[in-house]
Amino acid sequence: MDTLQKTDMVAVDTAHSLGIVETQYLTFADGSEPLKLESGETLGPVTIAYETYGTLDKTRSNAILVLHALSGDAHAAGLHRDEKGPGWWDAMIGPGKPFDTDRYFIICSNVIGGCKGSTGPSSLDPKTGKPYGTDFPFITIADMVDAQRHLIDYLGIERLLCVSGGSMGGMQALQWVASYPERVRSAIPIATALKHSPQQIAFNEVIRQSIMADPAWREGHYYETGQPEKGLSVARMIGHITFMSDQSMEEKFSRKLKKGQFSFNFDADFEVEGYLRYRGANFVKRFDANSYLYITKAMDYFDLSGSRLISRSGIDTSFLVISFQSDWLYPSYQSQEIVRLLKRKLVDATYCELKSTYGHDAFLVELEGQTTLIRHFLERTYSGQRNGNGNGNHR
Amino acid sequence: METAIIDNGIRPDHQIISDMIDPGSRVLDLGCGTGDLMHLLTQQKNAWVQGIELDEQAIYECVRKGLSVCQSDIESGLSEYPDRSFDYVILNQSLQEIRKVFFLLQETLRVGNRVIVGFPNFAHINARVCLGIGGLAPMTPSLPYRWYDTPNVRFLSISDFSGFCAEKGFAVERVRYLNGQKTITFWPNLRALSAIFLLSPRKGAGR
Repeated sequence: MDTLQKTDMVAVDTAHSLGIVETQYLTFADGSEPLKLESGETLGPVTIAYETYGTLDKTRSNAILVLHALSGDAHAAGLHRDEKGPGWWDAMIGPGKPFDTDRYFIICSNVIGGCKGSTGPSSLDPKTGKPYGTDFPFITIADMVDAQRHLIDYLGIERLLCVSGGSMGGMQALQWVASYPERVRSAIPIATALKHSPQQIAFNEVIRQSIMADPAWREGHYYETGQPEKGLSVARMIGHITFMSDQSMEEKFSRKLKKGQFSFNFDADFEVEGYLRYRGANFVKRFDANSYLYITKAMDYFDLSGSRLISRSGIDTSFLVISFQSDWLYPSYQSQEIVRLLKRKLVDATYCELKSTYGHDAFLVELEGQTTLIRHFLERTYSGQRNGNGNGNHR
Repeated sequence: METAIIDNGIRPDHQIISDMIDPGSRVLDLGCGTGDLMHLLTQQKNAWVQGIELDEQAIYECVRKGLSVCQSDIESGLSEYPDRSFDYVILNQSLQEIRKVFFLLQETLRVGNRVIVGFPNFAHINARVCLGIGGLAPMTPSLPYRWYDTPNVRFLSISDFSGFCAEKGFAVERVRYLNGQKTITFWPNLRALSAIFLLSPRKGAGR
């Protein structure tokens, strides 16, 4: 037990780092057959940016697809040569970490519609030779997963050991089960939902409106004039409010003043104002406004409620569903809806709401509980036979 | 006749429950705690087990053992399961903490073909002495709490539960009475610290 608990501790030392990693690219649908999208439109050619960590075993049975959230990218772990910070889930992926690269082959790709190397609205439209802008076709979470399926095919993987991600990454994990249940042995959807509530759609609509209200947006064709920085910055500020909790904001900022006194003008007096402005200003340097529009729309369209997640019986995908207590953007009741659906279909499921004050951000920062659950859930899945859990084929 | 259960570190109530279960069964354990019973059932009976538990730390222990468990309270954890989803539903040492007892037992017999209920006996001689002679709220090895920190809300004896089953139409297929490491048969309502009932719906009771 002692050794188990020691390995459950989060590793932050460099011995558990992947070191330097590189993004790779796969292009497909460049010939006669473009990617068919849920909207009825087509997209081609399609490039997917992806990274892999660890080694694919001989039976190709140790592959895990990690799926990123709204503004994430393929760089989930390790370091890029010219960057200081590690990938977005570096605390969870690496040697000896829950997504243990000594055992598993981890894949992470940038979603289509994104702006981090995969085809999206800022990519060149082959018809015009200019960036698509808003001529880019509407994409859905199912389309993102369909594109990932091409990558998994290309890598020669018949069945994934696990699909896992938080927030929109969790939506993709669920979509993988809905689209290709026989190709997924297990799924770990974290801080996510079967569908957006009106409140979540409302936040996304305000986010989109703030981008489109910026004159610099120019109906989405701004690539020669520069992107709508003010609109995108405000959009991201709204996002950051929804990622935190009342308590985490109190702990981080309280009512602290940047300069110790009121300025009696509209500068950022409070630290929380400064923080949001800083986050907004930084975001416009690294993210495309049109991608933000397209991806938030894809999240709003997503709906796997009813019988859409598990459409037939006999699905043997195991689930680990995780939510966080203070997450009001993706509240626990939405994860519990996933669990209820799994119970109805008698799908093997583990669910836990983890204690945290970090709000929606918890899935990236609240590591201890996730580490324990994910590590042991994966070990059991990898060892093959559901922990020696019997057949019980008495349905 | 008194039968000692082999002392191999397995809790006697767990062994009794395991003995009641057919190999390869589908089992739901309500209030599964740290998963020791579920683990035993996978080992001894090759059972397909699923747990329901509220406590976060207990869930971690279950997952460490490779078990599947959904966080929920017992009373609301059952509603989504279709009829007859499980061969057995286990309610071990939780009945005394349940408010809607009849409703819960009906629900367990809806989702399971059989239900195994284990509970502490409030009418054990020690408890009777405590209350009858000492004039104090009973404390026994199976009822170890003081009046002000007990999670129990139902105080029942073996006779109470037998009467309840007869009144409500639950068929008692088998009962085992426990006193420490031993099972007993004589005067169980006086001598047993706890009891384990194997129930099924009474035949012709609308199923």
